[in-house]
Amino acid sequence: MDFDTRKELKLKANEVRRGVVEAVHSAKSGHPGGSLSVADTLTYLYFKEMNIDPKEPKKEDRDRLVLSKGHTCPALYSVLSLRGYFPREELLKLRKVGAMLQGHPDMKGTPGVDMSSGSLGQGISTACGMALGAKLKGADHRIYTVLGDGEIQEGQVWEAAMFAAAKKLDNLCAVVDNNGLQIDGRVTEVNDPEPITDKFAAFGWHVISIDGHNFDEIEKAFNEARATKGKPTVIIQKTIKGKGVSFMEDQASWHGAAPNDEQFAQAMSDLDAIEESINKEAK
Amino acid sequence: MAEVVKKATRQAYGDALAELGAKYDKLVVLDADLAKATMTITFKNAFPERFFDCGIAEANLMGVAAGLSTEGFIPFASTFAMFAAGRAFEQVRNTIGYPHLNVKIGATHAGVSVGEDGATHQCNEDIALMRTIPGMTIINPADYVEAKAAVEAAINYNGPVYLRFGRLACPIFNDESTYKFELGKGITLKDGTDVTIIATGLMVNEAVEAAKLLEKDGINARVINIHTIKPLDTELVIKAAKETGAIVTAEEHSIIGGLGGAVAETVCEVCPVPVVRLGNYDTFGKSGPAVELLKYFGLTAEKIAEKAKQAISLKK
Repeated sequence: MDFDTRKELKLKANEVRRGVVEAVHSAKSGHPGGSLSVADTLTYLYFKEMNIDPKEPKKEDRDRLVLSKGHTCPALYSVLSLRGYFPREELLKLRKVGAMLQGHPDMKGTPGVDMSSGSLGQGISTACGMALGAKLKGADHRIYTVLGDGEIQEGQVWEAAMFAAAKKLDNLCAVVDNNGLQIDGRVTEVNDPEPITDKFAAFGWHVISIDGHNFDEIEKAFNEARATKGKPTVIIQKTIKGKGVSFMEDQASWHGAAPNDEQFAQAMSDLDAIEESINKEAK
Repeated sequence: MAEVVKKATRQAYGDALAELGAKYDKLVVLDADLAKATMTITFKNAFPERFFDCGIAEANLMGVAAGLSTEGFIPFASTFAMFAAGRAFEQVRNTIGYPHLNVKIGATHAGVSVGEDGATHQCNEDIALMRTIPGMTIINPADYVEAKAAVEAAINYNGPVYLRFGRLACPIFNDESTYKFELGKGITLKDGTDVTIIATGLMVNEAVEAAKLLEKDGINARVINIHTIKPLDTELVIKAAKETGAIVTAEEHSIIGGLGGAVAETVCEVCPVPVVRLGNYDTFGKSGPAVELLKYFGLTAEKIAEKAKQAISLKK
């Protein structure tokens, strides 16, 4: 990836993070931690990887994304608004009565949301159905789904993992956002899903492990996924929950809590500082 | 008199899918390792490229069906009622019902007429569960002919549909050459003035027989077949309440939340008359031959006639 592209993506991802914090602060509830950990990958997907058109959100040959970890929709909403699917003002109405942006993704109400999700474990199955449908039609669009590392404790994830490999869904690419935390604490302490890579490999998937905050690694992983034939690919990305906001980083308590006004100011100042440092980076 | 032909509605399901596969190229069928029991094997043999076995994984089955529908297909997700409505309830609710996707759920082996497999596999709760999902259409056909027609009606309706089929071969009383299925419309099989028997599924044939028994006692019973439990034909039900003043409901399902529940809720809000519900009285099923079990649980014409007299006696 060249310097300018990387810099542009970093700045966009920082904007996405600003949107997450603003939306959750305005809603006085929501899930900032996992939204911030997945922000880089969603930014890459919607700005570089996926074949989409914000002017035609339902275009039949578009790539699709199912946010299986649906509670981190503030990140998806923030990306979609930045990409031009809807005005950024909508973010400030998140979770409010009568607003378009629901607490979990609603495909009927939000342009750019390809599947309603939020009840954990179910999104990957719907992504399998889309991938199967695309193959059946002979269409070459791709299906992406993003799961949490806590989410894969759900048995349905492994029903779907078995299915995707058995049906050779190589147009399916899953991402596991391995930020290591869930509501009750460390995933390894609550109900250890590790080793995640071995589990997916044993289920017949092509497995790629990356740093989910490194755009070069993210790009390489999605390129490798696209080139992989005969089996689905999963990208296990190590990330930091709450990434970008100093006091939220690696804290399970910020899984589902909104910042107060003082914390909000601190978060925005953290993100301002990040923007400044990105702009200072030399070639 | 010609012998009554008996066929199971699950057979109608498989036959209809296989016949309609050629007419509807977007029709795809999914199963969960029960193709020989749900009869989707018939479709599989005819259209192997549009049949997908998901294995013993019903939660994933529902999700895959949902995903396929967003790609423009009309998926029929098939398994036993216990697993379709029971095990996968939340998947059906959140992934199919909430986005109102065009998924058809083919649920076979409903009710105690499953027979020998017993309580774990006899679903008496599925209609109640499915009724609570906003926007879900529920069809419980009464015989082979109606079941086949229901499958095509479900294909032509855009939205989620739960279709309920039975394992047991039951009398075919509809004429395939003249039968017309109208989604959401009850069918008055016999007019009457003293009481109305509202039945669904395999109890419809019993209801017709019950009316004959009642006639011997000088009671003129109306018989209504409700194949679409949701949306309920409330107009027909209220008319029956007004004109006959007493209602009996008959279903191979719990009296809680099924047809009886739906009719009682409708009637008591608009035109309160006695509604006596015949069905499963809040118990689990048992092992045994299906026909014996139906008698054991009182799902017979004789019992319907008895309940009809009870309903009449409750009239003011």
